[in-house]
Amino acid sequence: MQDNFFARKRINTLLFCFLMLVITMVSIIATDYDVIRGFTSIPKAAEWAFGNFYPNEKALSRLPDIVNSLIETLLVSIASTIVAAIFALLFAIAGSHTTGMGGLISWISRSIATLFRNIDVAAWSMILLLSFGQNVLTGYFALFFGSFGFLTRAFTESIDEVSNSSVEALRATGAGYWSIIAHSVIPSSIPQLLSWILFMIETNIRQATLIGILTGTGIGFLFSLYYKSLNYNSASMVVIVIVCAIIVIESVSNYVRKVIM
Amino acid sequence: MTTLLEFKQVSKQYGADTRALSNVNFTVKQGEFVSIIGPSGAGKSTLLRCINRMIDASGGEIMFEDSNIMGLNKRGLKQLRSQIGMVFQHYNLVDRLSVIENVLHGRLGYKSTLEGVLGLYSKEEKRRAYTILKTLGLEEQIYKRCDQLSGGQKQRVGIARALVQDPKMLLCDEPIASLDPNASIIIMNHLRDICTTMGITVIVNLHQVEVALKYSDRILGVNKGSVIYDGPPAGIKREQLTRIYGSEIEEHIGELEKQHAG
Ligand SMILES: Nc1ncnc2c1ncn2[C@@H]1O[C@H](COP(=O)(O)OP(=O)(O)OP(=O)(O)O)[C@@H](O)[C@H]1O
Ligand SMILES: [Mg+2]
Repeated sequence: MQDNFFARKRINTLLFCFLMLVITMVSIIATDYDVIRGFTSIPKAAEWAFGNFYPNEKALSRLPDIVNSLIETLLVSIASTIVAAIFALLFAIAGSHTTGMGGLISWISRSIATLFRNIDVAAWSMILLLSFGQNVLTGYFALFFGSFGFLTRAFTESIDEVSNSSVEALRATGAGYWSIIAHSVIPSSIPQLLSWILFMIETNIRQATLIGILTGTGIGFLFSLYYKSLNYNSASMVVIVIVCAIIVIESVSNYVRKVIM
Repeated sequence: MTTLLEFKQVSKQYGADTRALSNVNFTVKQGEFVSIIGPSGAGKSTLLRCINRMIDASGGEIMFEDSNIMGLNKRGLKQLRSQIGMVFQHYNLVDRLSVIENVLHGRLGYKSTLEGVLGLYSKEEKRRAYTILKTLGLEEQIYKRCDQLSGGQKQRVGIARALVQDPKMLLCDEPIASLDPNASIIIMNHLRDICTTMGITVIVNLHQVEVALKYSDRILGVNKGSVIYDGPPAGIKREQLTRIYGSEIEEHIGELEKQHAG
């Protein structure tokens, strides 16, 4: 019986490995992927990158332009996140189990948040491109809608997790609804809320770069411009600036998190 | 002494088949110290929460100061709750705020929406909060964050929050169930003191029979949603405990005999 158990387990593992192998083979054949050439081209790609994809002096002279559009991208990300956070907080309060008004209002606010959350930021910017065109506003609203959906969900969970018991106590003193929000719900959950906002800003800065390529704004646009005009030196400069910016933002937000927790 | 609270045929039904209270009748006089005892699930918490309408009773009448609280509108309810302080087993403080802020929360029931949201407390209210904290021995903790306090200190903050309401009545749901014996004695002494010197009526849910007998003017024994015993502590004997606690009886009788011996 015991022997049988282990033997069966081994056979299952073998079967699983075999299946994976078959799937891989089929995919390779179906896509005409040459495994050997795939691997041998890695050194070549690296060689090309080292040969072309580095900043030179001319790229350095473009630094002010690059930094300017980086700042634009940063500001759009931060602004959209903050505004989204304000709306998300209202919706989270209305939709949460602890503080919700219950019934229809809660349901509506949760549904709206779910809808917004399930449409990707890239999809939002495609949709909005139609109404706003290639414009900063397009990127701004795309980020806003995406962040709003995500933050509402995150805020709702934080509020429900944190403030149950003190809400009961304040209700028992006769405190009004908004007083309870202001003195119990918000103070209890503020570290989590801030932490989510910081996370969202980080994510949005990364997303904004991509969206910029689509909407023709900010640092993403600059990258695609240089790249398409075969100015690889300047394009590499853009990448380096983005990486530096993200590292700085991340360490700042980690520091802030440590302080507020 | 005048009657402060009266239950007339009060019942509470949760869903279709849980009857938490059935035809409960009792009165509480002003300045009394009443303990409610009974096995787990007897309906003690439900009974207590019906008094300030944290739970709405399903039937009967609850009279507080001669007016039926069952029919109160939103405004009346706010006024009722501001006159009744509540103390919880798990303290229910806002842990990230300071002691004094938590205590001042007790005043929110008296505020308009705007005043409440902005937390506009008068000088007088702050002074009162300070005095109460001093009486409860929390002078040195006033500006500390509540998550830095011990359980006993947290419970005293909870009591201070209730007292700053200037309540006519204090409802305490298992106030010492999460505390060690020493902290429990301190809390019970404070509650007794509040009742005796400030004249505030106190109703306490308790698991510990011996504590209930020692501190109370009157005992309400509850089992399966009905009041089985309503009388002085002296009237609680082995027979009454058997009726209140049913099968859980043995551990409580042990406590009772310990106390008679001691
Ligand atoms: N919100 C609720 N929904 C449904 N049933 C409930 C609810 N709250 C309490 N009950 C039920 O009502 C009965 C009384 O509960 P209650 O909490 O009043 O008991 P208790 O005497 O306070 O118990 P304990 O000593 O364990 O705190 C129990 O059977 C419980 O399961
Ligand atoms: Mg209980």
